[in-house]
Amino acid sequence: MGMTMTEKILAAHAGCEKVEPGQLIRAKTDFLLANDITGPQAIPEFEKIGRPVFDPDKIALIPDHFVPNKDIKSAEQAKALREFARKHKITHYVEAGRMGIEHVLLPEMGWVRPGEVIIGADSHTCTYGAIGAFATGVGGTDLGAAMATGDTWFKVPSSIKVVLTGALPEWVCGKDVILSLIGKIGVDGARYQALEFTGPGVANLSMTDRFTISNMAIEAGAKNGIFPVDEKTVEYLKARTNHPYTVYTADADAVYEREIHIDLGKLSPVVALPHLPENVKPVAELPEIKIDQVVIGSCTNGRIDDLEQAAKIIAGRKIHPDVRAIIIPGTQEVYMEAMKQGYIAQFIAAGAIVSTPTCGPCLGGYMGILAAGERCVSTTNRNFRGRMGHVDSEVYLAGPAVAAASAILGRIAEPKEVLA
Amino acid sequence: MDKLQGRVWIFDDNVDTDQILPGYAMAEDASKLAAFAMAGSKVADFAKQVQAGDIIVAGKNFGCGSSREQAPVALKSAGVGMIIANSFARIFRRNSINIGLPVMLADVGAKLQNGEVVSVDLETGEIHTATGVLNGQPLSENVLATIRAGGLINRVRQELNISSGRKS
Repeated sequence: MGMTMTEKILAAHAGCEKVEPGQLIRAKTDFLLANDITGPQAIPEFEKIGRPVFDPDKIALIPDHFVPNKDIKSAEQAKALREFARKHKITHYVEAGRMGIEHVLLPEMGWVRPGEVIIGADSHTCTYGAIGAFATGVGGTDLGAAMATGDTWFKVPSSIKVVLTGALPEWVCGKDVILSLIGKIGVDGARYQALEFTGPGVANLSMTDRFTISNMAIEAGAKNGIFPVDEKTVEYLKARTNHPYTVYTADADAVYEREIHIDLGKLSPVVALPHLPENVKPVAELPEIKIDQVVIGSCTNGRIDDLEQAAKIIAGRKIHPDVRAIIIPGTQEVYMEAMKQGYIAQFIAAGAIVSTPTCGPCLGGYMGILAAGERCVSTTNRNFRGRMGHVDSEVYLAGPAVAAASAILGRIAEPKEVLA
Repeated sequence: MDKLQGRVWIFDDNVDTDQILPGYAMAEDASKLAAFAMAGSKVADFAKQVQAGDIIVAGKNFGCGSSREQAPVALKSAGVGMIIANSFARIFRRNSINIGLPVMLADVGAKLQNGEVVSVDLETGEIHTATGVLNGQPLSENVLATIRAGGLINRVRQELNISSGRKS
């Protein structure tokens, strides 16, 4: 009986020849992550152990949630993270102005690599599954303990095989793939399990699409969402890291809990209606839903390809008079590239807001909080009640093309309605 | 310490971390989190009403969403003694155990009333009501060991043989 990708990576890091779903293992961690809202909570837990950090080169501390500081309290949090990084000589601390949203930044910088075990005090740490790593979110205490010991315990998850075939139609993106999957299996459909994406369709997905898909594995309750390493992955990594890495492939006789088939060619632009990511509907089937705000960015959709999609729709047009459109490049590199490509000028000319990289509005922090009754189409990852502000506001999750089209028309719209 | 008693608070399926501790409270100091417990939920004034030892009883996927450990910390510091649910989101469950807040699997929401007092045996999974006994899943030895140690950090310290610095 063979092993899945996830099982192979975990076995290698636990020093076992073989692991099985349900097995409790202690695995070495290759890279750890915390941010300005989870780090300050992990630090005191780490300090209670009273040991030095296991390796200052293998920890990233990224102030990205409420940075530039939104208020005095968040300034204190960012300060706690910064001072800890200095005290322990953490190599991968990145200051505002050079930083980015952690899950866009880490792969971009080449700090995370295939075959690694990565834990982060942020639920969207699962993003790095896109490059064939085992990556999962943990809380502050787990992270604090791992900063001291360089390992952590896992229950080996069973895997769900998601077989992708075909290629995405125009204006359909990775967000539509993952939302469609969550719509199918529900927000707990992969609870405690690994989602392993495979099949001939994988080759037709860009790295950006893969990052978006792995990023929202947690929204199906999954522990991780992993892609095989192929030519596109290798190409992506080549420009970013010289560090050697191990490529793990699933055995032909690996055992999966179940199989789900998705024909990429049959997908259409979708949104997740309030207040759960599983409330997925094709845009074409919606009644007229007027909106007040659009957010394009986040760890889910803040990459250059995402901004390109938005720019193709927004360029030469005007944001609807009733809409505030907030566009947030995921990192400074994305921001710079968007500037070079002319997207930033196009967004501003259209009447959109362009912000420095931040998680801000996604979790109702700042930079776009909603009032009671307001509706937002957002490329972020959660639409829970009150997620982006008042408990009586509404968030509709979508990909960047749908978000951009909605910003132009002032209602939830498909890209083709704008481009027609 | 393996037996708990408290009043029941019934919640539905998919109670997410934004309901348990809204994002706007994430800049608060740990000592202030209790005031925001369940502030985004259907019981917005939960923090004012909750009494020490109260037990949350919920449906499936309790704690879905964010990895914010502040969510179970807020519940624990507000006085919540334990959480019983049909199922828990993975990170929330692990965080709860790590901070020493017991979580137990049981499908009992429909069999209990808001406000009724129950006593729970973590070792056997028995939930004693005024009229009978309901069964939940006993906590595993591994989980009980962490809960008894008062959380993961204490357990790691024990495993690493780090003394508290005090002479016993």
